[in-house]
Amino acid sequence: MTAIVTKENETGEQSALENKKKIGIPKEIYPQECRVAATPDTVKKLQKLGFSILVESGAGELANFPDKAYQQANCQIVDTQTLWSQADIILKVRAPQLHPTLNVDETELLREGATLISFIWPAQNQELLEKLAARKATVLAMDAVPRISRAQKLDALSSMANIAGYRAVVEAANHFGRFFTGQITAAGKVPPAKVLVIGAGVAGLAAIGTAKSLGAIVRAFDVRPAVKEQVESLGAEFLLLEFDEEGTGQGGYAKIMSKEFIDAEMALFAQQAKEVDIIITTALIPGKKAPLLITKETAESMKQGSVIVDLAAEQGGNCEITKPNEIYNHNGITVIGLTDLPSRMAAQSSQLYGTNLSHLLKDMGGGENYKVDLEDEVVRGALVLHEGKVTWPPPKVDRPAPAQTAPKTAAKTEAKEEKKSGSLRSWILIFCAGLALFGVGMGAPESFLSHLTVFVLSCFIGWQAIWNVAPALHTPLMSVTNAISGIIIIGGMLQVSGSIASAPTILGAVAILFATINIAGGFVVTQRMLNMFRK
Amino acid sequence: MSDNLLTVAYIGAIALFIISVWGLSKPETAPRGNIYGIIGMIIAVVATALSHEVTGYGPLIVAIIIGGTIGAIAAVKVAMTGLPQMVGLFNSFVGLAAVLIGFSELLKLDGTLVGVDLTIHKLEIFIGVFVGAITFTGSVIAFAKLQGLVTSRAVMLPGRHWVNLAMFVACVGFGFEFMSVASTEAMMLPLAVMTAISSILGINMVMAIGGADMPVVISILNSYSGWVGTATGFMLSNDLLIVTGSIVGSSGAILSYVMCKAMNRSFLNVVLGGFGEGATPTGTGAKIEGEATPTTAAETAELLRDAQSVVIVPGYGMAVAQAQHAVSDITKFLRARNINVRFGIHPVAGRMPGHMNVLLAEANLPYDIVLEMDEINDDFPKTDVVLVIGANDTVNPSALDDPSSPIAGMPVMEVWKADAVVVFKRSLGSGYAGVGNPLFFKENTFMLFGDAKKNVNAVYAELTNSAPETVQETVLVAS
Repeated sequence: MTAIVTKENETGEQSALENKKKIGIPKEIYPQECRVAATPDTVKKLQKLGFSILVESGAGELANFPDKAYQQANCQIVDTQTLWSQADIILKVRAPQLHPTLNVDETELLREGATLISFIWPAQNQELLEKLAARKATVLAMDAVPRISRAQKLDALSSMANIAGYRAVVEAANHFGRFFTGQITAAGKVPPAKVLVIGAGVAGLAAIGTAKSLGAIVRAFDVRPAVKEQVESLGAEFLLLEFDEEGTGQGGYAKIMSKEFIDAEMALFAQQAKEVDIIITTALIPGKKAPLLITKETAESMKQGSVIVDLAAEQGGNCEITKPNEIYNHNGITVIGLTDLPSRMAAQSSQLYGTNLSHLLKDMGGGENYKVDLEDEVVRGALVLHEGKVTWPPPKVDRPAPAQTAPKTAAKTEAKEEKKSGSLRSWILIFCAGLALFGVGMGAPESFLSHLTVFVLSCFIGWQAIWNVAPALHTPLMSVTNAISGIIIIGGMLQVSGSIASAPTILGAVAILFATINIAGGFVVTQRMLNMFRK
Repeated sequence: MSDNLLTVAYIGAIALFIISVWGLSKPETAPRGNIYGIIGMIIAVVATALSHEVTGYGPLIVAIIIGGTIGAIAAVKVAMTGLPQMVGLFNSFVGLAAVLIGFSELLKLDGTLVGVDLTIHKLEIFIGVFVGAITFTGSVIAFAKLQGLVTSRAVMLPGRHWVNLAMFVACVGFGFEFMSVASTEAMMLPLAVMTAISSILGINMVMAIGGADMPVVISILNSYSGWVGTATGFMLSNDLLIVTGSIVGSSGAILSYVMCKAMNRSFLNVVLGGFGEGATPTGTGAKIEGEATPTTAAETAELLRDAQSVVIVPGYGMAVAQAQHAVSDITKFLRARNINVRFGIHPVAGRMPGHMNVLLAEANLPYDIVLEMDEINDDFPKTDVVLVIGANDTVNPSALDDPSSPIAGMPVMEVWKADAVVVFKRSLGSGYAGVGNPLFFKENTFMLFGDAKKNVNAVYAELTNSAPETVQETVLVAS
């Protein structure tokens, strides 16, 4: 045992460094992709978790993170080959594909048995999965992270959707020829822009918030009535459809609606299209083609100069005339079908995505206790390949929506019963009090009764007066009532009038002494306290 | 002074006392309220002194001068953290005075009273002494507990409810004997024995109540000290005492009620004592597991600097560590940078009602940023950072989520709804109620372990150290 310890000490820090798991950050090769899986800020978090970091030369350049910044953060800058061959864990944004300059597929570059974490879209990319399986790789798909509250901090889809929603408004504003906010200027009145946001998911809510803060009038629609509150909290108007069908599907996403519902919905959009200046659509159904919500006629009925931003362009578009990856003018209406909105804000999205990744790695035990825990619901959900074996799709974990209504009603009935028994108790109390008063009335002399009158009335007055006291002043209240209760001094004073050495006089004097301590102390300390209270 | 003038003076004093309490409804009018109270007291004392019933000015003046000096010195010297003790001690004096007056009154019985009048007068003496003795010893024990002279834990004798009941029955028994004998000497014995028993009763009752229930105990004893005054008033046929006593009594009763409400416990439950210790709680609560995320002063400072809205939730731990001035420094620093800093006070935070407010006022914090639980609870979702300093049970989410928890149903500060929570705490230990706190294991909660004052100072140092950097950044953005 001792021998081992000494040996460890000898090799010292160097071995610790070598034993650290290496994370590799390659440069993204997808055309126009500007994001990177780690920023100089998030690598610090990863290093804190006990990883050492390799960064491909130029990886962050398009997101405005030069190699120098990574070097300052103690990262090793390496070339493509070294990176892929040395790293234990590869963090990427886009799924692996053919490397344009090396002319090999990134899956080939991946070291055998290494781990890859990136967006994978396993449902659409069966072939990719097979290639990765051949490399005996362990793969976690950031797009497959389950949507449970514990996994929110590593939900990269939400991070990206948030950015897309923001950027959608910025793009719309760029192509919209007017102010968003209404103004009254010397040169005339400017009406505020009206924005309709369809789908109030993460992207939709981000778009609502951004448009609202630019000063636009924002309306929003969603098939899930539960989001009404969220929409309204952002200051937008929630468009209600008089229709009895709820669209809340699994995992907080929307589900496919009935035909009647869709017809009613389309009619609503057709009517709104004539009024609003900008439409932003964000409606997606997981694993399905995006629903068609804005027909050609609806789009054409909009005012000249209007803008449509279709965030679902990649999944087929919510608008009939959307052209993916394109901004074009359709009879005076600008239609924006960009699919790379997060990449257009590469610095921001890299930062958020990098943070999501660091949270995932932290949940997996960090650098020292790194392990793929199949029992962990989050890891299991994201895991699509485990040491070459396909583990996707994950076994279904049924998460019924928490039954909120049941306990509430139970509590209500309970409260009701309590109320009932409470009122019964108060009747008994009143009866007892009446009986006691009757007893007193039968026996007690008149002088006692007059004192009793004073007593009862002053209890009520005291009760009323005290309720007005601010809770912040409860301590001063206690000390002032402490002083006032020193009024018992009067009792002492009435005792001291006999001969000076008599027992009542002595007892009375002592009583006066203590009561005065109370009076003086109470009032002085109250004044001291109250002088401290200031605005 | 004629009797009529005396009565009028008493009416004036009563009115002034009531106005005094009214004044306390707002911080602006409170100092004036206190002055009204002082004037009322002076009128009452002077008028009584001038009445024909009082002639022994020598002992009166000597006692007043000595008592007044002691009281004033104590009031000036006491630290604001020591207020609960002082209030406790002062309550005991009222009880003691009542006992002394009761005995004195007994010695003065001279056979002018007969029949029902005599019976009632004897009964008044007996009850006055009984309540006075309980208040006296109970308050002394409360004082000793708060001062740390005896353990603040709940100390419970086996079968103490039966012991207490037996003592009460014994008191009633001696009461019958007291009523049935005629001579003063014969009455003295049962009264003295009863005084001894009720003193022990007072000790036993308060010993069984643990530290965090002190706000309730102090309020109850405050209430008793009022009822003692009322009982003495009946004894002496003095309306001023009756009225003043009932106002004070109601005040204490209301405060106890407010405190009990804030803990979702019944009055009896608190008085009978034994919460979380010894007595079996109704449920042990769900087991809490998870990993707490420790943080550093530097990270906390960074969180604060980036925040727009900060809420500080102090608890008794802040008072113990005397951290209020350090907290005040941080608050001023952040407010100077246009960060909205507010305080959220749980009704039972500290060791007496409103204790935290006084401590924060002492640290020169404006009272309009110090809010009650109900005022601030809805704002937590819009808050960036919450600093929990020395509070535990009052920020425990299981009070709301876990019906089996012993503190289930107690209203709590919903701090976990904020974006980030930093808890200043010595360890992961459970609070007074002995209940684990799932808040510490939430993902948005960071634990800053160690002495509260040291840590708050460290955060302040980090904030001021890095201040120039922030300024530079702003300049950069501006250019």
